Amino acid sequence: MDPAAAKMIGAGLAAIALAGVGVGIGNVFSALVSSIARNPAARDQVFGIGMLGFALTEAVAFYALIVSLLLLFVL
Amino acid sequence: MAAGPSPLEQFRIERLIPIHVGSVDISYTNSALLMTIAVALATLLLVGATARAALVPGRWQSVAELLYEFIAGMVRDNVGTEGRQYFPLVFSIFMFILFGNLLGLIPYSFTFTGQIVVTFALALFVFAFVTVLAFIRHGISFFKFFFPPGAPLLMAPLLVPIEIISYLTRPVSLSLRLFANMLAGHTMLAVFAGFTVALGLFGFLPLAFNVALLALEVVINLLQAYVFAILTCLYLSDAIHLH
Repeated sequence: MDPAAAKMIGAGLAAIALAGVGVGIGNVFSALVSSIARNPAARDQVFGIGMLGFALTEAVAFYALIVSLLLLFVL
Repeated sequence: MAAGPSPLEQFRIERLIPIHVGSVDISYTNSALLMTIAVALATLLLVGATARAALVPGRWQSVAELLYEFIAGMVRDNVGTEGRQYFPLVFSIFMFILFGNLLGLIPYSFTFTGQIVVTFALALFVFAFVTVLAFIRHGISFFKFFFPPGAPLLMAPLLVPIEIISYLTRPVSLSLRLFANMLAGHTMLAVFAGFTVALGLFGFLPLAFNVALLALEVVINLLQAYVFAILTCLYLSDAIHLH
């Protein structure tokens, strides 16, 4: 297979991981909203952990994107 | 966000003052300039705000106190009372990354946290600091960290290598998270700015999107500084308390 074509296909395959990240971020915010709805007084405590969870999950999206970009522009 | 032929043009390092020591290139680059500005601004903010410290704070002193209390609370909650001595470390890292991220949003500026070597240096420093600290505090029984208490002994051959690998990838994940966020975010801003110019009359559509994206980018930059700081606190807590 032509290496340039293989790189394009690889970059596209790497982006499939973003589906999992979408589900993950949805889970984090669903839990955040549920917990605030159950106990509005805990909002300040829960919000910090919620943001941490969101950022950590989004980081996985960026790992996949970096693989994709590496294939397209560097290798 | 000066977009040359490509939106990645903004990340190109330019030597402002070429300095060569033998064969080592230690030029003063635009990255170093932005780092200097970030440190100068952070120092100016904190020293200037608390110069005439009043019991009832004025506006600037409130800002400095808010920043201080935010990080102090984070260190207290996550590391505990022994963590107080590490507060300057966490605070410096937080302010450096915060100012680095936000200064990169200014048009024609440079995002030094969007350089993998900068974020990797920060993450490697945190990782080395935390590991050395753990060895100093716990000696050889630091390795108990890799076998969580309460896990069945039969699982050890599977669990310990996984724990070790996940520990060793901490600097990688810490650096890559910040780097990729800055790279992707600022590149997207440049891409949509390119669309705005290219579409001419209908350029107000990508422009409106770019405005919303810029607002999101400010939030993301603040969040990434917070995440780096809180992960530093959590790693410190791991080193001090061994889970």
